[in-house]
Amino acid sequence: MAKVFNKLLPMPMHSLMLLIVWLLLNDFSVGHLVLGSFLAWLIPVLTFPYVDDQSKARKPVKIVVYFLRLVRDIIQSNIEVALRVMYPNRTLQPGIVAYPLSMKAEFPLTVLASSVSLTPGTVSVEFSDDRRWLYIHVLHLQDEQKLISEIRQRYEKPLREIFSC
Amino acid sequence: MSDYLIATLLIIGGLFIFVGSFGLLKLPDFYTRLHAPTKATTLGIGAVLMASVAATAARDGSFSVHEIVISLFLFITAPVSANMLAKAALHKKVPMRENTRNRELQKVMAEQKAPDGQ
Amino acid sequence: MLSSIVLQGAMMITTALVVLALLMNVWRMIIGPTVTDRILALDTLYINSIALIIMLGLYNGSALYFEGALLIAMLGFVSTAALCKYMLRGDIIE
Repeated sequence: MAKVFNKLLPMPMHSLMLLIVWLLLNDFSVGHLVLGSFLAWLIPVLTFPYVDDQSKARKPVKIVVYFLRLVRDIIQSNIEVALRVMYPNRTLQPGIVAYPLSMKAEFPLTVLASSVSLTPGTVSVEFSDDRRWLYIHVLHLQDEQKLISEIRQRYEKPLREIFSC
Repeated sequence: MSDYLIATLLIIGGLFIFVGSFGLLKLPDFYTRLHAPTKATTLGIGAVLMASVAATAARDGSFSVHEIVISLFLFITAPVSANMLAKAALHKKVPMRENTRNRELQKVMAEQKAPDGQ
Repeated sequence: MLSSIVLQGAMMITTALVVLALLMNVWRMIIGPTVTDRILALDTLYINSIALIIMLGLYNGSALYFEGALLIAMLGFVSTAALCKYMLRGDIIE
């Protein structure tokens, strides 16, 4: 029974999300409900064979906390960067930082790199092959160690708790 | 009252968009230029979209999700395209500004090695 | 249509700022100096044009423009990704 269910609906959460987004983007009506349900069933069935097994996020409360902190950081540091752009170029001190990573799973690393890129002043550029280093380009580098410990405290620690890795 | 909120959001958004593009024009090398538009502009668009949500709510009394979908999409894709652009620039050996700290790491980065060259 | 004078003024200012931003992006696209700079300018141009379309939607009080904005957002991202991929590998589909 469970096997048949798995075949028919391989990714139930994805299907539910697809349906909700479909209904939000179109007006709610019976026709859209039927069409949306059909697409929400069909797309996961077609794409399921290509999905890699990724680490799952397990702590919903921590995800919300992480997300809110990220939004706050984006707004706050965006203002800093906007001011920094207005200063003359010669006062600018760009730099590269090699950030030592302490986790290896793919999906959490992607989230970490994207968070680093979204908080302005820093763009993640490249991973080293062995996934032990993340190279970050910084618009105005003042204190390398402070930046590294900040990223570790604010982003990497919570991510490791969320994905338990 | 809601007019003032919408107007403030609009002007904040416009200013961020302007500053982002100004940075694109003014900053000295490619890697620093990457910072301004991918982020200041994204936040600017976010503010303009929020103004649009507020305006629709004030006008029709209905809540429109299109804007939220657009801004979520932009917030998810902005770091990805920034990262891909940085990778492409590294691959093409686009030079960094002279006073960049740890400039010698550029070669190691392009080859995806650890900082000590391992 | 938006009526109040405050809103009209704010929309005027914002549209002017966005148009100036678009002009600066075009300027960067012309002077380069490298190909990646031009791709970055094109990407920013896409994002800023979304803002312009949304301003138009606000001005006309129509929700139709959002579909267009969504399409531009998606196409912009895909084209930037494809161009970068081409720069990296010399090929788009591997």
